[in-house]
Amino acid sequence: MAYRGNRRSRHTAQAVAAAGAAAALLAACSGAGGTASSGGGETVNVLMVNNPQMIELQKLTADHFTKETGIKVNFTVLPENDVRDKISQDFSNQAGQYDVATISNFEIPFFAKNRWLHPLDSYVAKDKAFDQGDILAPMRESLTAEDGKLYGQPFYGESSFLMYRKDVFAEKGLKMSDSPTWQQVADLAAKADGAKPGMKGICLRGQPGWGEVIAPLTTVVNTFGGTWFTKDWQARLTAPEFKKATKFYVDLVRRHGEAGAAQSGYAECLNNLAQGKVAMWYDATAAAGSLESAKSPVKDRIGYVQAPVDKTPSSGWLYTWAWGVQKASKHPDNAWKFISWASSKKYEALVGEKIGWENVPAGKRASTYGNADYRKAAAAFHEVTKRSITGADPRNPGVQPRPTIGIQFVDIPEFSDLGTKVSQEISAAIAGRQSVDQALNKSQALAEKVAKEYRGR
Amino acid sequence: MTVHTVAPHRAARAARRRGLALGLLAWLAGLAFFLPVAWMVLTSLHSESDAATNPPSLGAGLTLDAYREFFDSAAGTGPWPALINSFTASTFSTLFVLLLALPAAYALSIRRVRKWTDVLFFFLSTKMLPAVAGLLPIYLIAKNSGMLDNIWLLVILYTSMNLPIAVWMMQSFLADIPVSIIEAAQIDGARLPSILARVVAPVAGPGLAATALICFIFSWNEMLFARVLTGVTAQTAPVFLTSFITSQGLFLAKVCAASVVISLPVLAAGFAAQDKLVQGLSLGAVK
Repeated sequence: MAYRGNRRSRHTAQAVAAAGAAAALLAACSGAGGTASSGGGETVNVLMVNNPQMIELQKLTADHFTKETGIKVNFTVLPENDVRDKISQDFSNQAGQYDVATISNFEIPFFAKNRWLHPLDSYVAKDKAFDQGDILAPMRESLTAEDGKLYGQPFYGESSFLMYRKDVFAEKGLKMSDSPTWQQVADLAAKADGAKPGMKGICLRGQPGWGEVIAPLTTVVNTFGGTWFTKDWQARLTAPEFKKATKFYVDLVRRHGEAGAAQSGYAECLNNLAQGKVAMWYDATAAAGSLESAKSPVKDRIGYVQAPVDKTPSSGWLYTWAWGVQKASKHPDNAWKFISWASSKKYEALVGEKIGWENVPAGKRASTYGNADYRKAAAAFHEVTKRSITGADPRNPGVQPRPTIGIQFVDIPEFSDLGTKVSQEISAAIAGRQSVDQALNKSQALAEKVAKEYRGR
Repeated sequence: MTVHTVAPHRAARAARRRGLALGLLAWLAGLAFFLPVAWMVLTSLHSESDAATNPPSLGAGLTLDAYREFFDSAAGTGPWPALINSFTASTFSTLFVLLLALPAAYALSIRRVRKWTDVLFFFLSTKMLPAVAGLLPIYLIAKNSGMLDNIWLLVILYTSMNLPIAVWMMQSFLADIPVSIIEAAQIDGARLPSILARVVAPVAGPGLAATALICFIFSWNEMLFARVLTGVTAQTAPVFLTSFITSQGLFLAKVCAASVVISLPVLAAGFAAQDKLVQGLSLGAVK
């Protein structure tokens, strides 16, 4: 302790000098990093969800798009929930890190309303080769905002349909109608349950998440005559139709559904059908590509029919991963060039040739369904897919008028939170931890809170 | 007489049995810690469809496919930019932390400043705010200063995040250095820089190594800030790791392979510094 205070001032000076040097070094480094990150020349930064179609696009970009245009594409790929967070963060702040992002038809209308997106009409008008008229009408409509402007271009689109094991049905003497009702499906599930050792009747999503169990369940609710909200924003989750549909769904999956239903989502069900653990599956039309791919153990053994119905003539959902351009983008022209390539007929042909026609990002262009190569590769499912997509009416999916666009969702930002909370209640009912009535009573209270907000507007 | 000989025998046997039981327990605990890692390595060597089966297929054939896919992950970018970013952020932040923590710890243990305990607790108090609470302000500052997606922003953040821990660790290591050594050096005419470099550093070497390794591991594994603040160019390895997760398809084997590769540098550093670490971490345990 005797030496404390000795040469104190010199130490201070040394410390200050060291800190100063470190700061200078950091500043110099950050300068260097800064220049590198802002980049120069012809680039476009793309943020995408990690789905197989996007990974194929990533693989094909450098050798084709960049070679043709000289524009370098920097991809960031993230899982679905993370990509939604990241897009909301970057776009809501208009931080401009990304020029283009994969945005679904759920977000596009309210992103556009918040002025986070670049309208695409002028590009579409100039780019005749893109052929906007070829894009399927429900897709165009679901990517058009309230102001009538177009804010997204679909990369691929999907509806929902019912898949079943043709071989198992034939063995058991079961017959599937081309447009089955939900009651018929429940009866078939009971009969197909146990058709093979370890095989259950049907796979239905039970995993919590507004994009998981809520999507198929809401289509069932729609066709049973229910709705989340009335046109004047009254929550209707405890209405008899909503209750009947939910009870039907939960009962079906509990009685004849897959093992571990409360944790099963799209990926688990895909695996279950491919591994012969279920005889039927109601889910996205995009699944057909995986089921009919060369590696699939059930290739050529799956039949595809329209989404089951009750009170409505059709009930399939409508979903698309579309390209949206951030308003703050510094390279909107390059962004359009990229979109125009990725969503083009030419790109579909490229995938057909390099990867296989069944993997084409379909469901967006009428011409895809006229292409002989595609029709051949997708013989089992192309017609029913097209019928499902073109038959979907995003503005009028049920028996009563709706407050927003959207079939398997309500198009408000609050829905991702509300839907996820409700999905947790439904999932708990599927797991048998509570009754459907209990789940819906709690959900109604949550929905009513959101409805109240909108009634006041 | 017999009583006298039997009793120690029995005692020795009991002691041996106790030792055996404790040894067994230690092995079990060790296995329990190692099992998830072994599971990860095994899964990474399976094909995607074998990795996804339930119940797990332990005996399925082994393949390096997942590693192959990891290294040539689409578009030819591969994991290298992310690994280099992680390496930059971890190495530089660890270096800066050590440069700043050593003098700070010196002033808190050997040549103590006034109210040094208060200073020490002030350092610790900066860790009391949950990191996520600072996320939004930091994001906005980064955005407005044009530092988003810049690896040097992470270097600064990791330095400041790890500094309090490093100061605390170093303080306890340095406090164990006998003052007499330093006084002897002073009598021999050594000044502060040479005392730090030639007396303190060698004695505190193991402690320094332990601190460096902990800082390196913390920055290497940091995910919260990296996920929010990086994008195209500054993406770090943990963020890159998550990019293999998909809701439409199988990914377990790939994610496990990625986890193995991404854990390797930290494991290697740990093994390299193993003997120093044991010394360092037990330093200050016995006074």
